[in-house]
Amino acid sequence: MKKKNRTGLYYITPWLIGMLLFTVYPFASSLYYSFTDFNLISSPNFIGFDNYITMFQDDLFWTSLNVTFRYVFLTVPLKLVIALSVAFVLNFKLKGINFFRTAYYIPSILGGNVAIAVLWTFLFATDGLFNQFIGIFGFEAIGWFSTEWGAMTTLVILRVWQFGSAMVIFLAALQNIPAELYEAAAIDGASKVKTFLRVTLPMLTPIIFFNFVMQLVQAFQEFNGPFLITGGGPLNSTYLLPMMIYDNAFRYFRMGYASALSWVLFLIILVFTLIIFKTSSSWVHYADEEGSAK
Amino acid sequence: MDKYKKNQLYKSGIRYTILILGLFIMIYPIIWLIGASFKTNAEIFSSINFLPNWNTVKEIGFTPYVEGWNTSTEFTFATYFLNTFKIIIPKVIFTVIGSLLTAYGFTRFNFKGKRILMSILIATLFLPSIVTRVPLYIFWRELGMLDTYIPLVIPPLFGGEAFFSYMMIQFMRGVPKDLDEAANIDGCNSFQTLYKIIVPTMIPCIVSCALFQFMWTNNDFLGPLIYISSVSKYPMSIALKMAMDTTAGTFDWNRVIAMSLIGLAPSLILFFSAQKTFIEGATAGSVKG
Repeated sequence: MKKKNRTGLYYITPWLIGMLLFTVYPFASSLYYSFTDFNLISSPNFIGFDNYITMFQDDLFWTSLNVTFRYVFLTVPLKLVIALSVAFVLNFKLKGINFFRTAYYIPSILGGNVAIAVLWTFLFATDGLFNQFIGIFGFEAIGWFSTEWGAMTTLVILRVWQFGSAMVIFLAALQNIPAELYEAAAIDGASKVKTFLRVTLPMLTPIIFFNFVMQLVQAFQEFNGPFLITGGGPLNSTYLLPMMIYDNAFRYFRMGYASALSWVLFLIILVFTLIIFKTSSSWVHYADEEGSAK
Repeated sequence: MDKYKKNQLYKSGIRYTILILGLFIMIYPIIWLIGASFKTNAEIFSSINFLPNWNTVKEIGFTPYVEGWNTSTEFTFATYFLNTFKIIIPKVIFTVIGSLLTAYGFTRFNFKGKRILMSILIATLFLPSIVTRVPLYIFWRELGMLDTYIPLVIPPLFGGEAFFSYMMIQFMRGVPKDLDEAANIDGCNSFQTLYKIIVPTMIPCIVSCALFQFMWTNNDFLGPLIYISSVSKYPMSIALKMAMDTTAGTFDWNRVIAMSLIGLAPSLILFFSAQKTFIEGATAGSVKG
């Protein structure tokens, strides 16, 4: 069956064309555009590194970069820790676990919908549900959308609320850990904490690694939250880079500048991904025969 | 009752308490939204209770839904609802076809450069799509395809979303090759083998790909925001954003809320009718299986 011939190539031809046309070509041309001044009306005008120079002198860029880092470094660890903890609790043999699993998963299915952005504006309005709730305990209403930290918090909560997608992956991984390992640990008299640290956690590292990279790549590209809920404000405190790219490209039609911004964002994501990959050999444990990232 | 049993009961009690508390935090906002669609502006901002005031309900009934459906634009919400499906249906079908062919080529045949191409496929899985957005817009603009659904639905036909190809590859690897060989002996050509033998065994995977693409397309906001400019072609996501903007004044909030719920309805209905497939699909790509 597995003869070397062209048949396989025929089947992947559509993908190959798509990859060249919708990935490689735009990827390369975005690098080219980043060295041009291009407003869609006149043809691209090569300006060398001007876009990058402008960017590095642009206060808004530095603000946006700062805010983006804050957003990513808050959401990714929080989301992973919560996803793993909930998966851990759900992994106990309890009745009705499927129900909880399903319910916790719902927000990550709906989270990207504009309807949820509508919901968020009501939840965190000054006299909205959240402030009413904390009011019961005597706390004063918080200006979620009028304070810088408040606006960022609403966006962070929105992302962390969608931990279900990472949770179900952790849960499946937890259920794949062979029972013998736990039995062996029990025979050795290991405590529960020790079993978790020495058996469960190492066995999960390939999945933690996978989720970590995925979440990081996605968080750096968050657009809907700031665009729909906070509008990037107040005082640009939630003006994430993807929104800055959108504004430059599709509001001001500065295609060259937008491309330069997206390349910087891409390089940042790349550096982080590479760091995780490079360090992974020291903390990701692959069981002998499995190798789930093959 | 012995001590051990008592201890177990105590432990599961704590677990359930945590789980239910968590559940409440996770789901209450959505339940509250349903109640809020029957509330007046004043009630929305004064009551933490999800149940609306019964007198208000008697008075306004389904007015928010009716008025929201009529929208403040020249079209009713039905137009936007239909438009959404004009994008979803082709996109889902193209995604399945495109990723199925890709997976078949990669898992069942050997050819020159296969290893390299496979690594490229995996790399595109992690490639941030934000880098390609501006050039793709310019590309479709030059082809005169702006303000059509083409830029939204065509790339998946060419395996545009690596996630789905990868998911299919993972699943197809688990389909025993003996089946193909038997079909081969019976005189099936490679394409017949694909749709007669492999596709039937891939149904669970195909269904979960379709479900995920349905959800993601229903949620998609940025795609239509960039490519669609005529109001008559807007899908629900953009129509909802318009409703958010136009009601910022003194409008009745319950209309926007009612529309949001209608916008969520297709996803919610689909999710509840196929939740098992969803959760299995969500783990298929990452955990070996």
